[in-house]
Amino acid sequence: MFSSFMTNAWISGTVIATLVGVVGFFVVMRASSFAAHAIPNGAFAGAAGANLVGVNPLFGLVVFALGAALGIGYSSRRTRSDVATALALVMMLALGAAFLATSNEYEPAINALLFGEILGVSSSEIVPVLVLALVCALGLGVLYRPLLMSSISSELAVAQGVNVSLIDVAFLVVLALSSALAVPVVGALLTFSLTIGPPAAARLLTSRPHRALACSVVLSLLTLWAAIASSYWSNLPIGFFVGTFSALVYLVARAWDVTRRRRLAHVVA
Amino acid sequence: MHYIFEPGFFANSTVRTALVLGLLVAIVSATIGVFTVVRGQSFAGHALTDVATAGGAGASLAVISPLIGFIGGGVLGAGAMDAIGVQRVKGRDIATGVVLGAATGLSALFLYLVTLQTSTTGSTQTILFGSVFTVSPSTLPDALWLSAVVLGALFVIRRPLMMSSISSELARTRGVRIRLIGLSFMVMLAVAVGLSAIVIGSILSTALLIGPPASALKFSNRFSTAVIFASLLGTLATWLGIILAYDSYYWSASHRGLPVSFFVVAVVVAQFAISSVFAQRRRVRVALSNERHAAPEQVGWI
Repeated sequence: MFSSFMTNAWISGTVIATLVGVVGFFVVMRASSFAAHAIPNGAFAGAAGANLVGVNPLFGLVVFALGAALGIGYSSRRTRSDVATALALVMMLALGAAFLATSNEYEPAINALLFGEILGVSSSEIVPVLVLALVCALGLGVLYRPLLMSSISSELAVAQGVNVSLIDVAFLVVLALSSALAVPVVGALLTFSLTIGPPAAARLLTSRPHRALACSVVLSLLTLWAAIASSYWSNLPIGFFVGTFSALVYLVARAWDVTRRRRLAHVVA
Repeated sequence: MHYIFEPGFFANSTVRTALVLGLLVAIVSATIGVFTVVRGQSFAGHALTDVATAGGAGASLAVISPLIGFIGGGVLGAGAMDAIGVQRVKGRDIATGVVLGAATGLSALFLYLVTLQTSTTGSTQTILFGSVFTVSPSTLPDALWLSAVVLGALFVIRRPLMMSSISSELARTRGVRIRLIGLSFMVMLAVAVGLSAIVIGSILSTALLIGPPASALKFSNRFSTAVIFASLLGTLATWLGIILAYDSYYWSASHRGLPVSFFVVAVVVAQFAISSVFAQRRRVRVALSNERHAAPEQVGWI
């Protein structure tokens, strides 16, 4: 499991899980889960298009994810955002389907793009992936305070002189970059699962923001590591394990939350 | 005329089946979709499509009719979402997202097993992105009675459903059982999603469910007008999609047709963009004339 060909899988998995753990925490705080669901689908169309014209898939992933993010940011200001997001999402998927229909992609490659592949990051891509992850981390570092404030209460942030709409767009850009990194490994349809499952569980376990953020990163790492190991042992697609483990983490946290509330109610009574 | 309908379009029984299915699906999706948009359940509707995907993939694995799989999966998903509480607005997106993610994981597993089991390729694309040209004509009667049942049931509960869609407090004071109405609506939504999954693929069925109703609601606030207008827009999208996909076979020398679902979604998105622009202009005009006549303000749903 730790043989040399798996080194990239563990490095990229660890970087992706850490990043997604942080980004997902803000996604859950800001209740922007629909956008978090749509952007990886944009990345899917990008990867399919990049295969078609023969450029580096990572380039297609980043360009299309950014395009989807900015499109959602722009249209959600003009119309009701859930409808705009839903339509942007299906348009991207349909575009990806059209790209796949015109290229000679064979089925396992399509499945890998949609449902993940533990060896999704090749050794030539590991450096660009690490650079992009670093850019994301720096962006999150700069945004951290205003982002946290505007996620907790946008009125408070406005009162403190934070440019909320700028923060919104900046966050969508970070979300797009982290999705583009996660899609080759976790899959276009399951990146979302990792983005909200562990962070939502973390928020149920603790209500203090910093502790919840740390908890979110830890749970996200555990989920992805467990998924990589299970996929390696069973030869089944990693997407299946990411989806199942993310849901499991959330359900366990929810059960814990419910019993704690009951106990508290009991003590008070 | 010849350039619009390439040779053999109307003589082809596959095309005729596709056109009839397209009409049925457009009407059912539009009608259910108007309520979905008004209730703000676009995300729930979309999540059901992912659960339906798992059902469709499972059906493909068990070699039973995909329609049964899509609808069975959707109904189970509707039950699961109701159980973990999508009715409450707080935390609704998260609960929906978790069900959606787990279902997609299951689809990944099923589709992988299908590729191991059979030598036929393209099952992933057929299930996810649809291919109305491969639907067997024997599916048509099933699609017909399912559509009739959903539309009939919707007609029966239309009043309490409308009331609870607009204001759940008002509905509760009138004695409407909100939870029951909500759950039966989710089941209808699942059937509508399953039907449109066989035409444009399970993960794209959101397009027909949300697009035409959202466009129609930009022009009319009345349920009945919006339903009729949305049905027309949806039918236009599916038929245009089928015609263009059929023609696209002749566009390139390699005869590699583009998928129907791509064209349907493109038409739906174009309709939404155009109606957004028109509605914007109309709103400006209404606002201007209101200023002049001081008439009561008219505001659309969206």
